[in-house]
Amino acid sequence: MKSKSDSLPLIRVWEILFAGLFMILIWQAVVWITQVESFILPGPMAVASAFVNQFALIWHHTLITAIEVLVGMVLGVAAGILTALHLTISERGRKLIMPALVMSQTIPVFALAPLLTLWLGYGLASKVAMAVLIVYFPVTSTFLDGLANTPKGYLDLAHTMRSPNRSTLMQVRVPAAVPSLSSGIRLAAVYAPIGAVIGEWVGASNGLGYLMLLANGRVKIDLMFAALVALCLLTVALRAVVGLICDRAVEWSGLNER
Amino acid sequence: MDAPDQMIPGLRLSGDFSYNERPLFSDLALELPARSWTCLLGSSGIGKSTLLRLIAGLETGGSFSGSISASDSLPVDGRVAYMAQSDLLLPWLTVRQNVSLGASLRREPQDHAKIDYLIRRVGLEEYISNKPGELSGGMRQRCALARTLMEDTSLVLLDEPFSALDPATRRQMQALASSTLQDRTVLLVTHDLAEALRLGSRIYAMTQGRLKQFNLPASRSIRELDDPATMDIQSRIFSVLNS
Repeated sequence: MKSKSDSLPLIRVWEILFAGLFMILIWQAVVWITQVESFILPGPMAVASAFVNQFALIWHHTLITAIEVLVGMVLGVAAGILTALHLTISERGRKLIMPALVMSQTIPVFALAPLLTLWLGYGLASKVAMAVLIVYFPVTSTFLDGLANTPKGYLDLAHTMRSPNRSTLMQVRVPAAVPSLSSGIRLAAVYAPIGAVIGEWVGASNGLGYLMLLANGRVKIDLMFAALVALCLLTVALRAVVGLICDRAVEWSGLNER
Repeated sequence: MDAPDQMIPGLRLSGDFSYNERPLFSDLALELPARSWTCLLGSSGIGKSTLLRLIAGLETGGSFSGSISASDSLPVDGRVAYMAQSDLLLPWLTVRQNVSLGASLRREPQDHAKIDYLIRRVGLEEYISNKPGELSGGMRQRCALARTLMEDTSLVLLDEPFSALDPATRRQMQALASSTLQDRTVLLVTHDLAEALRLGSRIYAMTQGRLKQFNLPASRSIRELDDPATMDIQSRIFSVLNS
């Protein structure tokens, strides 16, 4: 059986570098051709120079955002896993929570950011809460879907073996749902930074979102772009690490990712 | 170590079964003599697997009215091992963990000596730590057989377990299953007449919701098909299945 990592190899470093170089070339071309003012669109060299000159500042804010993202990811994934397990075990829970869960998705998470800032303050908590909210639903729904779609034969086998429901859940259904959960966690790794940065835009005194707003207000567009590059790098690194862990988990399960 | 300690009972199923009020079979009687192989033969979709699933206590999607009882009057539930066409090995577990799955699910202590013995018995001792994805189709079915034997139940239900194997591997598996399960009450569902003739002491040919019973000459091992008595039964079963 092949896992996703065998059939779809990770994007190689040179491919990322090539794609990055290509985008930078297009960017530079747009700057040359349009002769646009640098306070509207600075060229790649100006941004690179801002990145190097202000590295300590960018690094400080990147670390803050990274902490928000990581804590949000861990809490959001844990909450998603626990919810999916609970909804699988408890029929009453399914009847009570499922409609609320689906309804909650009609509220744009971004619209909640000001409320979260009001309730949890300008510190870390409101950004972590945003990341948790944005991560929670994809993890819950993909894991729940995986738990509900255990191959019927495995459940028949467990039934004839007189397996208690809890054992069937933990030893059969959960491992069989690892590929689905992995898909959810991969999505979470991309969404979590979005949640944290939106939280920072609404109200913060630290983090890359705050730095971007600050730089924008002072017309330091090169610094703003440099912060954006740092955010991209943070997301790509997080996605790569999470992707590796998920690949390992899917490979362990011996199943294919759905 | 092969035979379970308790008395091995026979089993009787009788009754009606319908899907959405459309009868699949009615007034049907199936009897599995104790300590012997009964084969249930018939074309696809005729209801063979439904009968087996009823005995196993598995979901059938229809409604059954009738009785399923063991000859010792004890409940059938909990005394059944099940082996399907697909080996149903859990791909994240090793061969050893798959063989001992039942005890692990029931949170019973593991009988390590018995696990090792059964894995040796099916010839997988070199693959004890391998996962199913690293095994061939025949090896996987041998592992599933060891898992079935590990359950130590008096009744074994086999739902076309050899049908996906190539002819040579199928014959090996038939011989192995026949010798390892010779003291159990076995129901083998198959659409392969030769397989039923080789392994069964009793064959039920299923057609249009009816069962026709054929008893074969006693044999402790795999039956050769060129025996005149077997050939006679073969032609009679053919005529029932083609009627």
